[in-house]
Amino acid sequence: MNEIPAPAALLPWAPERTGEAAPAPERRPPAALAELGLALRLAWRQLRAERARLATAIAGVMFACVLVFMQLGFKGALFDSATNLLQALRADLFLWHPLTEASFRPERMPRSRAHQALADPEVVRAIPVYLAQLPLRNPETGTKRAVQVIGFDAAAGALRFPGIEQVAEALTRPDTFAFDLRSRPEFGPLPRLFNERGPFMVELNGRAMELVGLVEIGPSFGADGNVVMSEVNFRRVFERRPSHIDLVAIQLAEGADPAAVQARLRALLPGDVSVLTHAELVQKERRYWEDGTPIGFIFLFGSVMGLVVGMVIVYQILFADIAGHLGEYATLKAMGYTDGYLARVVLGAALILAVVGFIPGFLLCLFLYDFVAGATFLPLVMTAERALGVFLLIFGMCFAAGLLAIRKLRDANPADMF
Amino acid sequence: MQAPVELRGVSFAYGSGELRRLVLREVDLRVEPGEIVILTGPSGSGKTTLLTLIGALRAMQQGSARVLGQELMGAGEAARVRLRRRIGFIFQNHNLLGFLTARQNVAMALELDGALSERERLARAGAMLEAVGLAEHSEKHPAQLSGGQRQRVAIARALAGGPGLILADEPTAALDKQTGQEVVRLLRDLAKGRGVPILLVTHDPRILDLADRIVAMEDGRIVQGAPERAR
Ligand SMILES: Nc1ncnc2c1ncn2[C@@H]1O[C@H](COP(=O)(O)OP(=O)(O)OP(=O)(O)O)[C@@H](O)[C@H]1O
Ligand SMILES: [Mg+2]
Repeated sequence: MNEIPAPAALLPWAPERTGEAAPAPERRPPAALAELGLALRLAWRQLRAERARLATAIAGVMFACVLVFMQLGFKGALFDSATNLLQALRADLFLWHPLTEASFRPERMPRSRAHQALADPEVVRAIPVYLAQLPLRNPETGTKRAVQVIGFDAAAGALRFPGIEQVAEALTRPDTFAFDLRSRPEFGPLPRLFNERGPFMVELNGRAMELVGLVEIGPSFGADGNVVMSEVNFRRVFERRPSHIDLVAIQLAEGADPAAVQARLRALLPGDVSVLTHAELVQKERRYWEDGTPIGFIFLFGSVMGLVVGMVIVYQILFADIAGHLGEYATLKAMGYTDGYLARVVLGAALILAVVGFIPGFLLCLFLYDFVAGATFLPLVMTAERALGVFLLIFGMCFAAGLLAIRKLRDANPADMF
Repeated sequence: MQAPVELRGVSFAYGSGELRRLVLREVDLRVEPGEIVILTGPSGSGKTTLLTLIGALRAMQQGSARVLGQELMGAGEAARVRLRRRIGFIFQNHNLLGFLTARQNVAMALELDGALSERERLARAGAMLEAVGLAEHSEKHPAQLSGGQRQRVAIARALAGGPGLILADEPTAALDKQTGQEVVRLLRDLAKGRGVPILLVTHDPRILDLADRIVAMEDGRIVQGAPERAR
């Protein structure tokens, strides 16, 4: 049945008949995202209006940003460089004494462990490595400084690092050594001199030895520079008994599973050696510096201080902004803006500060990283991971400041406005 | 027919216990559609308090208040906030946001309406400013405007959202008499043209003649212009 719809009943108000205004209809609230955008825009307009205050806030966030970046940078660089030596030594597996905490202070183990490891069918080579620190005389100034000496059979090929192949042949001659070109400059311009005039004599542990090549390792916490020589030369210079060694580098057969060999060697060898992969070796050394020293805590403390100071500054700015505009906030409440909306405005301001403070802080840190890396030989590198991590920290810092400042909004009471 | 404002037996007290002070006693008040009501009375008689209750800026304590069809007695915060969006407020001080231009200030009254785009909001705000005679000042900040101009921006803001009711508390207090009269006249004309009722509190005798009805309060009671109870 085709029913004609009844004419719409007269509106409860009929302006055209009564001269009455229609009550304003309930409004459709804006979509959440659009509303967030409007809150952010309002926050930005408010921030922008007070240039001096905005500059202070940005400076505060930048300060926190730079401090955290530098602390993390130094920490990362120190711990990276702490393990430079072990990082550079490449082999499939290592044996070292379970009591050895760090490479600059190794516990010795019997040389026979290297031979015992050869019992495993997949172990191709197991070469002993000697580690020691001895004074090297700077040929220019004549001062002496301890250098890390690594003694092993370079020609065997079990232990690899950049540059070793080129010098392996020369190192087999008596009283020769290769020098780490990334050593700190306190040892003198040895790499430059070598590049200019070829091999020359340098005094190592009171003995004249010939510098015959350059390798690349890098200084670490325990050592300012590195020297590589053959096992035979090492024993001669240090008058050390060959029966006790500091490290064993193991080369596996092609296609062998390091984990399987590691398990077999653990079962095979007595308890005075631990069998480690390269990653485990580096990790162990790193953990020594991170946990065994207060260094990690110092940097953590520095970072937290930076964040606290930054948060206080941002909080002060946000608080002052609210306190200075209580009338306006109360007016907005009277106009029907919810507490939640105004809270989003304040949080929006906090997050805007996080972004506009982070960007210049980040750029400044890129420059500072370069500058510091050049001045201290610490490898400060900006990783995407670190940049993101610091941004999240700064974001959290500003968010916390915003949450604290929001409480001040309660003082904006629309009933007091009349 | 429903009146935009309908109060019955509204009482209100500040403080509690020993300090409790009754400032409104059994107030009955009705504002008819399109009517312009001026509320006067000596200082402390409770005019502002009454206005904050009608404007849903304060929670009711006793009595019944229907404003734009919403019963305020026992209404929750959310319902009150929603009602406020349909009321235009004009304060003694203009309370414009100093960091926004006149046009942006007026547009703030429209940002709660999801149906409007940014362009529509700005266009409507511009039209509103034109209606209050500030077309050429719409991009100025409040600090660059005179007191009367600021109050006119506030009027534009109060009217922009198409409110069902205008509440104003001594809108002329911060203005000289001449300007004050002009501003209220403007408010009245705009409201009349739109059929929006106004409830306006004032001490200013010069603007009394602009009202359709004058209601006088004394010590929390309406002493003149009260509706007869039986209607
Ligand atoms: N927030 C408050 N807390 C406590 N008492 C208040 C508060 N606001 C107002 N009062 C008191 O309530 C009474 C009525 O105040 P109200 O502001 O409503 O008067 P008014 O008629 O608007 O006066 P005026 O003409 O001076 O503005 C006054 O005695 C005042 O002291
Ligand atoms: Mg008052």
